[in-house]
Formats: sequence, structure tokens, C-alpha cells
Amino acid sequence: MGLLLSLQGAVGQGILWGIMALGIYLTFRVLDIADLSVDGSFATGGAVCAVSIINGIHPVIAVILATLSGFAAGFITGFLHTKCRMPAILAGILTQLALYSINLRIMGKSNIPLLQSSTLFKDFANFVNMTPNWITIIIGLICSLLVIIGIYWFLGTEFGSCLRATGNNENMVRANGVNTDTTKLFGLMLSNGLVAMSGALVTQQQSVADVKMGVGAIVIGLASIVIGEVVFGKKAGFKLRLVSIIIGSIIYRIIVALVLQMGLNTDDLKLLTALIVAIALTVPVLLEKKKRVAMYKKLTGKEFQDNA
Amino acid sequence: MLKLEKVSKSFNVGTPNEKQVLKKLNLELNEGDFVTVIGGNGAGKSTMLNMIAGVYPIDCGIITLDGKNISLAAEYERAKMIGRVFQDPMMGTAGDMQIIENLAMAARRGKNRTLRWGVTKEEKKEYYEVVKTLGLGLEERLTSKVGLLSGGQRQALTLLMATLHKPKLLLLDEHTAALDPATSAKVLNLTNKIVTEQNLTALMVTHNMKDAIDIGNRLIMMYEGHIIYDVRGEEKKKLTVNDLLKKFEEAIGEEFVNDRMLLG
Repeated sequence: MGLLLSLQGAVGQGILWGIMALGIYLTFRVLDIADLSVDGSFATGGAVCAVSIINGIHPVIAVILATLSGFAAGFITGFLHTKCRMPAILAGILTQLALYSINLRIMGKSNIPLLQSSTLFKDFANFVNMTPNWITIIIGLICSLLVIIGIYWFLGTEFGSCLRATGNNENMVRANGVNTDTTKLFGLMLSNGLVAMSGALVTQQQSVADVKMGVGAIVIGLASIVIGEVVFGKKAGFKLRLVSIIIGSIIYRIIVALVLQMGLNTDDLKLLTALIVAIALTVPVLLEKKKRVAMYKKLTGKEFQDNA
Repeated sequence: MLKLEKVSKSFNVGTPNEKQVLKKLNLELNEGDFVTVIGGNGAGKSTMLNMIAGVYPIDCGIITLDGKNISLAAEYERAKMIGRVFQDPMMGTAGDMQIIENLAMAARRGKNRTLRWGVTKEEKKEYYEVVKTLGLGLEERLTSKVGLLSGGQRQALTLLMATLHKPKLLLLDEHTAALDPATSAKVLNLTNKIVTEQNLTALMVTHNMKDAIDIGNRLIMMYEGHIIYDVRGEEKKKLTVNDLLKKFEEAIGEEFVNDRMLLG
């Protein structure tokens, strides 16, 4: 029974964190930029959301405000990267570092509990008779569905097409009269906005915002993306590709829940996450090589037999 | 149409490798001019095209296109008026995107990118017909990723994209150099056809002297950042490859010139 409950919890967590992974997907895969500001902007989302709620703002508005704060964080990274010509990694690290202080300033302390305040999840629980885990799953599904539809639509628009092309061939985009600084800036803003939105939802769900809640977020996001790719393959259609990221995030949480059930010390969780990403990135390479060698043996073997 | 006045460009300024690639270059193109550009490696041909396109800023001088001073304009701003095809077939298209998506992006060159759908239904029909004119069968593969195409197909597509929205100026930077002879001839024919039909103003860099003579209405030869020979009309048509070699020899004032120096 405990296992089932923790698995249900894992699914809910996976969906909420999956929105962050979708944000990271926009930069990591679509724009081909490794944006490390995510660790900071996730906590910024949580911080803004918690402070808003404490000040009596409606939980839904709090999520929107958090998303806007993510846009701002992404703007800083984008500005440093495009206008100040810093490498994206450095721009992201600077923003991430700065956000740690900013997040503390926003919250005024290192964590804000929301036990007494209303949240989306508690409000929802007043209407329906369901367990908290199911409420998390339902709210998470609604939010992630909206986000997936939004991303799918946006990337199909004229501007979105240019954003996709920027990650593919910047040169071509500029030659077709589009400022790649603008597309990158927008991509980074959008990405961090989704990350902050995820941070806000997670904060409401666990009824606490913590300045350290974003540590390792980028790696968890990457884990979700690559697990999704391993499971569904990189060539999946675009809609499925987006869904696969949420599923990747769920699988990641299930793995974590299982190993914790098996008695893993929570201190070792970050190590485990790093291992999962490393393995998920390595497996496709090894499989590819194995396939190639097998194919070579098959084809060349035939050749030898033909000659003999 | 296009005017370059005393345009200079140096690379690696302040280092032992400093090299002045363009030296107070002057060039004026009339509307409808199709100019071929020849010259050895390091003569400044590609640099000239890159300066016009705004890939790098110029050190000094004035570039005017269609009456507008574009000397300090950013690459993407100039691109609203300029179509380009590059030497590297990978450079002109987005390989992970569909043929039709690439075309739709190119068709919007010079326009603001909105949140309207990237490829409309009418466009799908329109591009089918346009791509058909290439005669490569690509019209049946409009939703294929461009990355699956061969170099020649990609160059043909890039050419189409560069001229889909009629440019004030078309820049072709050795766009057939990376292709095999047969494909190269095909793409060159297509270039000639498109430029003539649309009456485009174009600059084409080439290492093939015969192509340079056969194609276009004007030919310029560059050497060490200068234009050393500029010929047009009837006079150009009568040229032979030997004439060009002789001109090159005269211009640089050396007794020994072989085609290697020109073909480099």
C-alpha cells in the first residue's frame, strides 16, 4: 500500500516537474542552448508564488506572476548571451548565481511555508472528494496539457518556425531577414517562464517554497528529456515528442520513488540523478554502436559467403 | 542599384597576421546587372560579398543599396533586400526542418514574423508549383526534412528560397563549387534562368573562368582587394579564358602567370 501511494505521488510530481522539463526542452533541444539559469528561475517561480499567496493573491494569479518572473530571469540570461556576447553557459551560470540572492530577497528568508494559506490543490480538494495524489495528477495534467498545446501552437507559427530554425542554422535565419538575437532572447524567456511556472506549481503542491528547491533542476529536466527520447525514440512526431518529456519526467520520479523505497539515503539522490542522466545519454550511443557492428557482421558475413 | 564607395576591410587588426582584404574598393551595379566575379584565393571576392551582406562590419567606406545607405545595418536587416546562396550547401537551409517550412520562412523575408501559422494552406499549393519548376521531383517531398536532400538539391532549394521573395540583390558565393560537375552545371543553368526571368541584379563569385565568361552581362576580376578588370556587354561575350589570363598578367605586372594563380 505504501508503495502504491508513493508511486501515485511520483506520477503527480513527475507531471508538475515535467512542465519544467518542457521549458528546458525549448532551450536544450529546440534552440540548442544549454541554459543553466534554470536552477535559479525554478526557485524564483516558487518564491514569487509563495510570497504572492502569503500576501493574499489568488493561487492562479500567483502562478501567472511566477511565470512572468521566469520571463524576466530568461530575459537577463538572453541579454547577457545575445547583447553582451557571452557564451550561453556562462550567461546562464551568472543568472543562476544572481538569482540565489534575488530569491532570498524576494522571500526575505530561506523558506516560506504555505501550510495556513490556500493553494490550487487545497482549493480543488474542497470541491472534490479525492486523495491529494489524484488532485496533483489532475491539476498537473490540465496544466501540462495547456502548456503542450501552447508550445505546439507557438512553434508552428511564423515566429516559432524562426525560433526552431535558429537552433538548427542561425546563418540561414539571418539570411532570411530575422534577428537571431530576438529569437534566442524569446526562447530563453519562454523557457524560463515555464520553469518558473513549474516551480510555482511544485511550491503550491508541497506547501512550501525553499531557496534551494531548484538545485539540480537542470539535470532533472535533462533526465526527463533523454528518458523520453530513449523510450519513444528521437524521431517521434512533434506532439508525441512533447508528451514523451512529461512521461520521461514521470519515469524519473518513479525510479526515484522506487530506490527510496528500497532504502536509498536521500542524501544520495543527486548522485542518483546524475547517474540516471549519464546512463540515459549513454544507452542510445551504445545501442547504436551495437546495431552498427551487428549490421556490419551480417552484411560482411554474407559477402564472404558469397565469395566463397 | 548597388554602390560600394572606398570600402575597406582588414582582419586581425593589431596582430602580426593583420591583412587588409579590401582596399578602398569601388563598385557600382546597375539594375539588372548580372556580374560574375573572378580572382585568386585571398583576392577578396567572398569578403566583398560578406561585406555587402553584412556578415562582418566594414572598417570604412559607404555601401548603398537601392538608394539606402546600409553601411552600418545589421546582417538580418540587409537580408530583407538581399538573397544569398552560399558555397556550403548546408548553410542556406535548416536541415532539421521540412522543405516547405524552409520555403515558407524564405517567402517571408523582409516581412515581420507574426504569430500566424507558419505555413498556410494556400502556400502548400503555391510551393508545389514553384518547386516543380526545379525539375528535381522535390514537389512530391515537400514535407521531407531538408537534411535528407543531396548537396545539389539543397543548393537548388536555397536558390529558390533566395529568390522566392524577389530580392533587390542576389549574392552567389561560389554556390556551385561544392557540387559535382553535372550537378554544378544544372544549378548554374537554374541560376541563369531565374536571374534572367526575374531580371535580378546579381553578383556571382566563381572559380570557373568559362562560366564567368558565359554567364551574365558583366565580369569583374579581383586581385589583392582591388578590382583590376571590369568588362561588360559585347566586349565580355568575346572574351576567352586566355584573354582573362593575359589581363590578369597585365594587371599585376608580372611576367609569369599560370591559371593556377587564378584558379588557386
